[in-house]
Amino acid sequence: MITRRDFIKYSLQGIAAIAVPLTAIEIINPSRLFASKDTKKVRWGFLVDTQKCVGCGLCVRACKLENETPYDANVSRTWVERYVLTKDGKVFADSPKAARDGFITDKIELGHGKLEEIKKDDIEKAFFVPKLCNQCENPPCVQVCPVGATYQTDDGVVLVDRKWCIGCGYCIMACPYGVRFFHPAYGTAEKCNFCYHRIKKGMKTACVEACPFGARMIGNINDPADEVGKIIRIERVSVLKDEFGTKPQVYYRGLSKEVR
Amino acid sequence: MVHGELWTLKELFVYPNEYIYWSIQIVMYPFMTGLVAGAFVLSSLYHVFGIKELKEMARFALVFSFALLFAAPMPIVLHLQHPFRGINVFMTPHFTSAIAAFGIVFFSYGAIVASELWFLYRKHFVEVALPLKEKKDKGLLEWIKFLIFCSLTLGVYDISEESLKKDEKAIKILAAVGIPVACFLHGYAGFIFGSVKANALWMTPLMPVIFIMSAIVSGIALCMLTYIIVMEARKIKVKSQRKPWMMSLEEVKGAEIGVIKITAKYLILFMIFAITLELLDLVFRGYTAVKHWDILRTVIYQKDFANIFLLQYTLGNLVPFILFLIPGLTIRRASIGLALAMMGVFMMRWNVVIGGQAFSLTLSGYMEYIMPLIPHDWETFKEGLGGAVGIFVMPFALFWIIAKIFPVFDSKEKPAGH
Repeated sequence: MITRRDFIKYSLQGIAAIAVPLTAIEIINPSRLFASKDTKKVRWGFLVDTQKCVGCGLCVRACKLENETPYDANVSRTWVERYVLTKDGKVFADSPKAARDGFITDKIELGHGKLEEIKKDDIEKAFFVPKLCNQCENPPCVQVCPVGATYQTDDGVVLVDRKWCIGCGYCIMACPYGVRFFHPAYGTAEKCNFCYHRIKKGMKTACVEACPFGARMIGNINDPADEVGKIIRIERVSVLKDEFGTKPQVYYRGLSKEVR
Repeated sequence: MVHGELWTLKELFVYPNEYIYWSIQIVMYPFMTGLVAGAFVLSSLYHVFGIKELKEMARFALVFSFALLFAAPMPIVLHLQHPFRGINVFMTPHFTSAIAAFGIVFFSYGAIVASELWFLYRKHFVEVALPLKEKKDKGLLEWIKFLIFCSLTLGVYDISEESLKKDEKAIKILAAVGIPVACFLHGYAGFIFGSVKANALWMTPLMPVIFIMSAIVSGIALCMLTYIIVMEARKIKVKSQRKPWMMSLEEVKGAEIGVIKITAKYLILFMIFAITLELLDLVFRGYTAVKHWDILRTVIYQKDFANIFLLQYTLGNLVPFILFLIPGLTIRRASIGLALAMMGVFMMRWNVVIGGQAFSLTLSGYMEYIMPLIPHDWETFKEGLGGAVGIFVMPFALFWIIAKIFPVFDSKEKPAGH
């Protein structure tokens, strides 16, 4: 009869025996070997030139149509914010219907259906800021997904698997930029993915294509010849909310301190 | 319509995609797991630390904790947009997520409670199963009862002094192991919130500890309150249908004030811990006054003032505190204090979950949660008042069923002939 001591001993030996070959395979993992040789890894990055944006909302419209976000739903993968600073130091900001129709009135939305009219003479400065998913290098949404339904691709884009997402909303809570929402039709987490289906084919994103002023640009920032990468390296650019340590990959030109 | 849009009112500058996505069911989730953990800790006070006065309460609390355990994951299931995919958490757990550990923590805790219950009630199972086994012509109901209890014995019929002593030892070990696991079960619910760096109100390492302390408060309060209600109801029942073979009124004592007084002491103790930590958190935020303090201050001192300072701190903490500390505690006064303490803990969960979404990520706008009271579709039912009440009632219904197999009172109530 086997004693308890022997039983434990043999079990541990068995586990050790199974574990050893597994670690051996891990050491000479061929795919990792190939990957380490690949120095020209693609990293998608985005550049927003706030000086060029006029708030027409063509990008939002193009995005909604391209990515089948219900047109009238009050959510959007990308949006444009309007900031108005008055001479007495007040900051007003809004993004009516995510700026899908542009900013068709001078009045600022205050919520609860209220609108604030600001006299032209009182305005110190005003500008528009387009927003989209920052495809963070260290994405908190990926970290908190309990089932791994949202993940980061090798080229840095964060995607959502609509077939696996359970709809808990933890990723929506974890995103400091408020880019995520529940898709009204699928009930799964939804967000901008740099039009992954397009950029993989060498096309531009829908919003970049739609912008008549060149306020939006996308590129492989690891490519030394890429225009976006060049601007990020050479010029003075900034990112949104870097205090969260998410390492966002959407860069801004001409960002003002009032931008949230 | 977008999920969340129906019950969210936006004010000033809020990002277009922001809504109150975590609504009443996410308030219920930490509230219910808190009750589970609290009830277990209460039962362990007797089993591990040998506080004799809590003997009766301990058995009751353990059975109640088991009933609560089944209700604890229900709020999440009701909250999920794809409830049938909930199983994915067990299939592909993504361990960088706090929620992914839920399956492991929940089931290991469940296993501990179930095995502790088994050791505690093993003698009872054998005592019920053995006479039925020997009985020749069993009726259908007796067959069912026999099958249930026979399987519950797990084939062990040894109830000698010696083996019962071993049982007690096992219970003690399980109860001792159970305390950290129960705290972990709930502490990690706190971690789910405390680790969200995007949320200015949630992100604090104190969150899990605050959650555990208030969980124990709520668990003890619920057990005491249910104990009082069940004992008093039993007294009234005996009074109304007195049969000669039943216990006399003196024997059915109703809730014992001695038990209540001792348990209330522990309630007060944990309440002090909880309040101290919560106030520390508040003071620290005000003192350090980092970037988001401006908006937090307006939420805490203006928008949610009534919820935080009146309902939670005054009615939910201060009033019960005074009620318990005034000498000459009565059952009635204790009941009021307990109900208020539970309300206080519920409001704490509300103020964390809903309060954490009361301001926008822009730090310059607000969101208000309008809980759907009258449902007009499934979503407004499950994420409204109906769903919350349903979740709260569930453990009581379960307790009623489970108590038939695990009797929480001495079986003296049976007719004298048996």
